[in-house]
Amino acid sequence: MPPLGACPRAQSAHGPRADRTRARFRQGLLSFALAVVPVAALAAALLAIAPAAALSDAPLPPSGLTWRDVPNDAGRAIALEWKASPADSSHPVTAYFVERATAPGGPWTLVDSVAAETHQKTDQGVRRDTQYYYRVTALGPGGVTPALSVTGPVVARSEWFNSTRWSVLVTTAMFFAFVLYFISQAQAGKKPFVRRIPGIDAIEEAVGRATEMGRPVLFIPGIRDINDIQTVAGLVILESVARLTAKYETPIAVPVSYPIPFTIAEEMVKSGYLHAGRPDQYDPSSVRFISPEQFAYVAAVTGIIMRDRPAAHIFMGSFYAESLLLAETGFATGAIQVAGTANIPQLPFFVVACDYTLIGEELYAASAYLSGEPKLVGSLKGGDLLKVVAIVVIVIGCALETAHIHWLAQWMVPR
Amino acid sequence: MKREVPLFITAAAGLLIILSFFVPHQIVSVPADFLQQTALILRAFGFVLGGVNVLLVNFDAIYKRQPGWIYKVVLVASLIATVVIGAVEGRGFLNPGTRSKWIYDNLYANMSATMFALLAFFIASAAFRAFRIRTLEAGLLAVAAIIVMLGRVPLSNLLTAWLPEWARLQALQEWILNVPQNASKRAILMGAALGVMATGLRVILGIERTYLSGEE
Amino acid sequence: MTFLEKLDRRWIFLAVGLLVLLPLLFPLALPLFVTPPVAAFVKAVDSIPDGSKVLMSCDYDPASIPEMVPMTRTALRHLLDKRCKLVITVLWTGGPGLVDRVVRQIIEKEYPDRKYGVDFVNLGYKAGDEAVMLAMGQGIVNTFPRDYQGNDTRSMPIMNGVRDYSSFPMLVNISAGYPGTKEWVQQVQARFHLPMVAGVTAVSAPEYYPYLQSHQLLGLLGGMAGAAEYEKARNEKGSATRGMDAQSLAHYFVALCILLGNLVQWTKSRRTVA
Repeated sequence: MPPLGACPRAQSAHGPRADRTRARFRQGLLSFALAVVPVAALAAALLAIAPAAALSDAPLPPSGLTWRDVPNDAGRAIALEWKASPADSSHPVTAYFVERATAPGGPWTLVDSVAAETHQKTDQGVRRDTQYYYRVTALGPGGVTPALSVTGPVVARSEWFNSTRWSVLVTTAMFFAFVLYFISQAQAGKKPFVRRIPGIDAIEEAVGRATEMGRPVLFIPGIRDINDIQTVAGLVILESVARLTAKYETPIAVPVSYPIPFTIAEEMVKSGYLHAGRPDQYDPSSVRFISPEQFAYVAAVTGIIMRDRPAAHIFMGSFYAESLLLAETGFATGAIQVAGTANIPQLPFFVVACDYTLIGEELYAASAYLSGEPKLVGSLKGGDLLKVVAIVVIVIGCALETAHIHWLAQWMVPR
Repeated sequence: MKREVPLFITAAAGLLIILSFFVPHQIVSVPADFLQQTALILRAFGFVLGGVNVLLVNFDAIYKRQPGWIYKVVLVASLIATVVIGAVEGRGFLNPGTRSKWIYDNLYANMSATMFALLAFFIASAAFRAFRIRTLEAGLLAVAAIIVMLGRVPLSNLLTAWLPEWARLQALQEWILNVPQNASKRAILMGAALGVMATGLRVILGIERTYLSGEE
Repeated sequence: MTFLEKLDRRWIFLAVGLLVLLPLLFPLALPLFVTPPVAAFVKAVDSIPDGSKVLMSCDYDPASIPEMVPMTRTALRHLLDKRCKLVITVLWTGGPGLVDRVVRQIIEKEYPDRKYGVDFVNLGYKAGDEAVMLAMGQGIVNTFPRDYQGNDTRSMPIMNGVRDYSSFPMLVNISAGYPGTKEWVQQVQARFHLPMVAGVTAVSAPEYYPYLQSHQLLGLLGGMAGAAEYEKARNEKGSATRGMDAQSLAHYFVALCILLGNLVQWTKSRRTVA
C-alpha cells in the first residue's frame, strides 16, 4: 500500500515543497480521525447506555396515596398513607418525601421526609377548610422518582365533638345531674345525712384551747397555688376558722406561700370577722405572704412556730415534704394540731404527728360540713352517688375484661 | 353586682374550659387556649404582688423594731440584692460565671438541700415517739411499713438472699406496693378526684362563694 | 427502759447523723438488684430509636438533689449513648440552674462532641404548671420562644421539625413533686398519648404504681434506690449507688425506732397496770 498522502498524480503546479506540506496535512488529518473517531464512538455508545443504567437504579414510584381527615381535632391535620415503592436490590429506597400544594400543578412544599420503612405521615401544618394536593416521591441511591399521580383535593375540617370522650361526658353529665338533684332536695328541706368527721369537730376545740392559753392560732392553707382545689378547700375552711377566732377574740396567723391565695386569704379572714360581727378586730397583718419556695416557706413557718408558740395549728390544703417538718416542730411546742390533705404520701406523717387528720375527700367535704348549708351538703351526696356508680362500673368492667370482652374498657378510655 | 360579676366570670371561664375538653372546634378551642395563656400571665404577675407584700410587711417590722428585726434586715437586703443583681445581669443571668449563678449554687441550693435533709432526723424521732401499735390495723400498718422500708434497701438483699425468692424482703415489698397498696391508692385517688370535681363544680356554679367577701 | 422513756430526741438525731455519715466515708458496697419497674424503665428507653429527639422534663430543685440528680445523670448518659437529641424543660422555679449545671457537667466531660442548640437545648422554666404542659401541646416553640439562656429557639437546628408532642417518641420525666409526673400523665400522656417514663422521689413512688400497672407509665424509678438500680442496670457506679449504704442503715435504724418506741410504750403500760 503506498504511503498515506502519496498520490500517483502528476506533481502540482505549486512545487514540490507545497506538495509535501499538503501530504503531511492529509496524513495528520487521517491519523487524528483514526484516533478520535473510535473514542467518540465509544463515548457516544457510553452516553447512549448511561441513562439506561441510571434509570434502572432509581426507585420505582410509590403508589396508592390515600388521605384521611384526622378526626376529633380542629381541622389541623391530615393523615396520609401510601403503598411502598416495590424495592429490590437494583431499586433500593432510602426515604420518601411528602409534598403538598394548593393546586394540582404546584408549587410544591416539602411537608416532611420519612424513612423507607414508613408508609404514612400525618401533616399537622394544614389550615382548615383549605384544599390541598399531595404527592409522594421516593428517594434512593440511584436518584429520585416522583409519584405517578397527585392526590387531591384534600380538606381538613373541624369537628364539633371529640367522639372518643363520650365516657367522660356521660360521667360529667351524671355528676352534674346527681349534684343538682340533691341540691334541690336539700333546698326543699330533705337535707341528707353526713357522718361526723372528728377532725373538723376538733377545729373548734383547738381554737378554744388557744383562747384558754392566750396564744394565737396558726392556720396554713397548704403550700400550693390557687389552681389546686385543695388550696381552695383550705381557704374556705379558713373563713370558718376566722369566724371562730373572731368570736373568741383569739389572734390568728396565716402565712401563705403564693400571691393569689394570699389575697384570697386576706378576704377570707376579713369575711370571717365580718360575719362574726367583729370587723373592727380584723388585723390586716395576720395574713402574710412568705415565699413560693417550699423550704424557704417552711423555714419561715417553723420560725413563727418556735417564736410565737401558737397553741393550735391547723394545716388544711396541699402539702409535700414539709409536712413532717411542720408537724414535728409543732409537736415539740406542745400545740394541738389538726391537719387535712389529699396528698396521699403526706398523710402518714400527719397521722403520726397530729392529733386529728382529715383524709383525702374529707378535706373537700369540710366546707359543706362546717357551713351546713343545704346546697353544699347536697353536692356531697351527689359525689357519693357517683362513687357508687363508679364501683358498679368497676365490678362490671373487671368481669367483662376477665371474659375478654373489651368494649367497655375501650369506651371508657378517652383519646 | 359586686358579687354577681365575679361569679359570672368564674362560671363562664370554668364552663368554657370544661367544654374545650369535648369540643375541638376552633369556636371553643381558640378562646380556651387564649384563657390558658392569660392564666400563665396572671400567675406570673402575681409574683410582683407577693414581692411587694414581703417588702411592706418587713419594712414595717424593721421600722417598729419588732423582735428579730435584724433578721428582717437580712431578708430585705438579700431580696433586693438578688433582684438587682439578676436585673443588671439581664437575660443570661443564670449562665455559668454570673453572680446570680453564684448565689444560686452556693447559697440557695445548699440551704434548700439542708432544709430537706432535716426530714431524715424528724422521721426517726417521729417513728420513735409517735408510731404506736394500739390496734390490729396499726399493727398491720407497722408490719407493712417495716417490710417496705427494709425491702427497699440493698442490705435486705444480703440478709435474705438465703430465702426462696418469693420470701425475700424485696419481693415482699414489691408485692405490697403492687397489690394492696395499689388497690387502696386507686380508691383514695378516685375519691379525691370526685372531691376535686365536686369542689370545682361548686366554685364554677357559684354554690361555693365564700371566696367573695362582703355581705351575703 | 426508763432511760428510753425520757430519751432526748437529739440522741436519735445524732445516731441518724452518724449512720448516714459513716457509710459515706467507709463504703459497705452492698449488692443491688434491679426491680421490675426499673427494668421496665431501662427497656422503654432502649426502645427509643437511636438519634431521635427526646423530650426530657426535669422538674425538681436543689432540695431533691440526692434522689433526682443521679437519675438525671444516668438517663442523660443512656440517651446520649443512643445519640438522641435532648429537648429539656424545667417546670420548677428553683430548678433551671441546677439542671443546666448537671447537663453541662455530663456533656462537657463525657460527650464533648455534642453541641448546644444542635444536640441538646435547655428551654428553662416557664410559669404556669399544667397550663404550660397544655400550651406545649399546641406548639413547643411558641411556648418557649427563648431558651434558658435567652437565645431564640426558632433559629436552633435542634428545634427544626419540633412542633408539639408528636415530634417526640418519648417523654423522660424526672420529678420531685408538683408540677411533675402526675400532671404530665394527666395532661399530656392521657391527652396526647406521648409514651412516658418517670423518675420520682421515694415518698411519692407508691402513688405512681397505678399508672405503671395501666401502662400510662412505661417505667418508674423510685427514689435513690431506683436511681441506684438504674445505675446498676447501666453498669455505672454513681452517687446513688454510694448513697444506698447510708440509706440501708438509716432505714434499719428507723425500723428499730418503731420497735423500740412500742416496746417502751408496752412496758410503760404494764407498769401502769401493775
